[in-house]
Amino acid sequence: MLEVKGVNSFYGKAHVLNDMNFDVSAGTVVALLGRNGAGKTTTMKSIMQMVRPRSGSVIYKGQDITNWPSHKVARNGLGYVPEERRIFTQLTVLENLEVGRQPPRDGCTTWTDQMVFDLFPNLAERRNNRGKALSGGEQQMLTIARTLMGNPSFILLDEPSEGIAPVIVEQMARVILQLKSEGLTVLLSEQNLHFAQAVADGVVIIEHGTQKFVGTLAELQAQPDIRDQYLSV
Amino acid sequence: MSPILSVRNLSRSFGAIKAVDDVSFDLAKGELLALIGPNGAGKSTCFNMLMGQLKPSSGTVQLLGKNIAGMQPRKIWRMGVGRTFQITATYASMTVVENVQMALMSFHRKLYSLTTFAHTLYRDEALSLLDTVGMVDQAERHCAVLAYGDLKRLELAVALAHDPILLLMDEPTAGMAPRERIALMQLTADILDAKGVSVLFTEHDMDVVFSHAHRIMVLNRGQLIANGSVDEIRNNPQVQEVYLGGGTLFNAVQEDAHA
Amino acid sequence: MGLFIAQILTGLANAGALFMVASGLSLIFGVTRVVNFAHGSFYMLGAYVGYSLMQVLPGMVGFWGAILLAGIIVGLIGVIVEICVLRPVYSAPELFQLVATFGVILVIQDLVLMIWGPQDLLGPRAPGLKGVIRIMGEPVPQYDIALIVITPFVAFALWYLITKTRVGTLVRAATQDREMVSALGVNQAWLFTGVFFLGCALAGLGGALQLPKGGADLLMDFTILGSVFVVVVIGGMGSLPGAYLAAVIISVLNVFGVTYAPQSTLVLMFVVMVVVLMFRPFGLLGKEEVAGEHGQVGEPERPIKPAGNRIRLLVAAGLVILGLLPLYSGNFAVVLVTDILIFCLFAASLHFMLGQGGLVSFGHAAFFGGGAYAAALFVTYADTPMELALVLAPICAGLAAIIIGWVCLRSTGVYFAMLTLAFGQLLWSLAFQWGDVTGGDDGLVNIWPSDWASDNSVYYYIAFFLCTGGILLLRQAAHAPFGYAMRAARDSARQAEAMGINTKRVQLVAFTFAGIMAGLAGGLFVFSKGSIFPNELETARSFDALIVVFLGGVKTLSGGWVGAAFFEGIKDYLTRFEYWRLALGLSIIIVVILGPEGIVGSLRKAGERFGLLKVPEDAK
Repeated sequence: MLEVKGVNSFYGKAHVLNDMNFDVSAGTVVALLGRNGAGKTTTMKSIMQMVRPRSGSVIYKGQDITNWPSHKVARNGLGYVPEERRIFTQLTVLENLEVGRQPPRDGCTTWTDQMVFDLFPNLAERRNNRGKALSGGEQQMLTIARTLMGNPSFILLDEPSEGIAPVIVEQMARVILQLKSEGLTVLLSEQNLHFAQAVADGVVIIEHGTQKFVGTLAELQAQPDIRDQYLSV
Repeated sequence: MSPILSVRNLSRSFGAIKAVDDVSFDLAKGELLALIGPNGAGKSTCFNMLMGQLKPSSGTVQLLGKNIAGMQPRKIWRMGVGRTFQITATYASMTVVENVQMALMSFHRKLYSLTTFAHTLYRDEALSLLDTVGMVDQAERHCAVLAYGDLKRLELAVALAHDPILLLMDEPTAGMAPRERIALMQLTADILDAKGVSVLFTEHDMDVVFSHAHRIMVLNRGQLIANGSVDEIRNNPQVQEVYLGGGTLFNAVQEDAHA
Repeated sequence: MGLFIAQILTGLANAGALFMVASGLSLIFGVTRVVNFAHGSFYMLGAYVGYSLMQVLPGMVGFWGAILLAGIIVGLIGVIVEICVLRPVYSAPELFQLVATFGVILVIQDLVLMIWGPQDLLGPRAPGLKGVIRIMGEPVPQYDIALIVITPFVAFALWYLITKTRVGTLVRAATQDREMVSALGVNQAWLFTGVFFLGCALAGLGGALQLPKGGADLLMDFTILGSVFVVVVIGGMGSLPGAYLAAVIISVLNVFGVTYAPQSTLVLMFVVMVVVLMFRPFGLLGKEEVAGEHGQVGEPERPIKPAGNRIRLLVAAGLVILGLLPLYSGNFAVVLVTDILIFCLFAASLHFMLGQGGLVSFGHAAFFGGGAYAAALFVTYADTPMELALVLAPICAGLAAIIIGWVCLRSTGVYFAMLTLAFGQLLWSLAFQWGDVTGGDDGLVNIWPSDWASDNSVYYYIAFFLCTGGILLLRQAAHAPFGYAMRAARDSARQAEAMGINTKRVQLVAFTFAGIMAGLAGGLFVFSKGSIFPNELETARSFDALIVVFLGGVKTLSGGWVGAAFFEGIKDYLTRFEYWRLALGLSIIIVVILGPEGIVGSLRKAGERFGLLKVPEDAK
């Protein structure tokens, strides 16, 4: 569904991503693992074209989306959920959802306010509250809900478990599994191996902007040396 | 022995919301005390009151018997409280060692001097502080190009510059890789032992908290719901419900993985 | 009673144009984070374009059609500006954006001069609304009543658009996080352009609407800018109801001021602003702006080091060459270099607080002109000798800086910039309106040096020692703990406060220090020219300094005086061209987009590339 082919990205002169190559098949959850600064977020932003790859290409559903403006990438069915809970704090929950709303797309679930509230019951009670009044966990839910309103077929989740309470982390894991069961494809970045193990089918390990391992979760379990080298727990 | 820090009935409301509600605790000399709780539970508000960013609605904060509640951050610092930030705060246009020298210049009240060259002032002291956190080999580097973990260590050196009696650390390991987290907390614990500093920190990573904290306090909806040893907190049903979770999902997966 | 009500009505009518310009500015700032200093220029364009349209379009429909059309045309001009000038600098630091919009001011000024000529235009009266109606016996122009009705309608339409529509929601979301809006599938580039269109169209509309009341002239861009900033600051940036409320307060106040205290109308406005800011630092209805949440982008400034021996030798050689100037060159060069030295000190003082302290002041001329006026007033009214006046000038400027700095430093970032500009305008209006003391437009004349210093060469040495001394002192301060404290307060105020640094006090001392140095430059200036006029206090003068600092290189230590020397040197040549503002404006815009390092930064880069300078390890 998504192919990342030989992508190299730079911030100014700094070479942040070095020849990334991996695929994500439809209906699977792939976890991008690596420490802070390894290049996980840059990989996501390179897919969304929020960072323009200097070379290589990103193919989505057979279409080369490299160098598209990011709003066009988003309208094409890729939904990005940023880290650090970048919700619009001055807007109400409903208005946040409104910003994410896009016209229905063939072959994708058409999300309504009610459907995301069913998925995140906490948000329903707070629909008229401003984003800044939400707790960290609720904000994290809102970032996901907001992206779902764009009816994506593929979502990129950047560090969904970072900085939130363990109870909410469990809820996040359940939501991801539920989205997968509804046919969404997910690429998520994580530092937390436990979390990845709970939800992912495939794994990509990156360090210093270079991918060190690509395979299924089972394959990773079979190679404890790799796991220990890059993902010391 | 009397506590270093003694907080009594600390409260702060924003409008009708009680962000921190009647919180009381003590911190003993040399103690490493963790403050945990869900987001929005009032940890930041509580921290900001201790550090002077926010005035309490009521209650007292006594540092060695003196009430510091409502004092400005820089006055609290002068009384021997150091701090590190959740999102690192360093001076990007200076070198690593100059960042530490800045704290020393402030401590020695040399800020308004026009005649000396600042880069020569308190340099040796600054270098030895950098040595404590293992940053001395990077002393001359430009602060803006440091790796995240190194920035955190630099911040620690800066916080230690005026020989504090109390260190307040706001999510010290946020955004770090697991191995770095443990290393940073180990470093903090070592320094605390060596210098006899007390530490109060907030943290989300339970591995860090459970392996390093001497004592844990749990805040929920502005109230302190538990205060005790690592084991007591881990097995406290109320804490599990509001914060830690049952751990069922992960435990199941982990057990599968180990099987 | 009748007069009272009539005056309130006049105030309400005047508030219309002010509100439209202010709300446009506020709107553009909200989304793009750019304070459009050229907003007054769009207002001026609206007036001129409206005037021309009214000449062609007949009757009542023609009049109102012309106003509407003027708004749309100005909006479209705004779109061109947004696409060509602002898009490339959205990610640049605040200062660069401000300077770019200032380039736009210059360009528009000359274009208007080119098309419509220098004479003031008298606005036509509105067909069908030429008469007056009597309210309790007092005449109130019908057109005023029309304005009073129209303005709330526009305000309501705007409010509805922003708070109740999807577009408005997107605009508010983009205000906070553009990248995220784009990642959610919204074409933010066009959202920005749309907002810029709307903001500029509002300014144009304001300009055209006030034609029957005020006509059109070439000074209206800066005249409105000061009031608009006051309105935005009082009302609160980003708040439409705030902008309306403040526009009404200021306009009504002005009308009463004209009647009861004609010499202090402008001053009154600032007094209100100061009072409001004391109690509500973010304006009546404004919210706290989290300035620079996503940080300043671009290459971070490098750590500074005191000059090495080679550079010191070079500087010493340069000083010797300068010091011997009267021995080997004529009178013209001596006078020219005196001017250059004075301007260098003025620019260096601004560069000091701007570069080291991050304090972007748009009203630094207040201290230059303030020092000059102080010296001139002492000479005129107290027969003070030059020697003493040269001491009193920096002292007075310093005192003014303490007061103005104390007020302005209560806010940060763009608020600070706007406040300093407003205070600059205040001092200018004092000098301009208080004619009994300051001579008003005629200025103060016959301020000559003491006999022993009346020779140009002798005065040259006075200026040489004081100016180079001042510049070296500023440079030493940058390397001293004080300079470090300034950078600490700039880089991370929360860390600085947490390590015992009283950041506000550091900034106030820096602001005062810079004011003293500018005052010294002003004192030297007045004795070299023999006279002083209000234009030395103008906003344009503040901009001069800002622009040379910018073109010299903000993120360098010597950018200020280098830029000043360069531009004061070529100014004589440049101003011989009729449309030099146009050329300067365009070059400023080009420099902002293509070479933001400035002269010194570019030289340094070139030096490093060709191996003449060592590249620091971490900058590779």
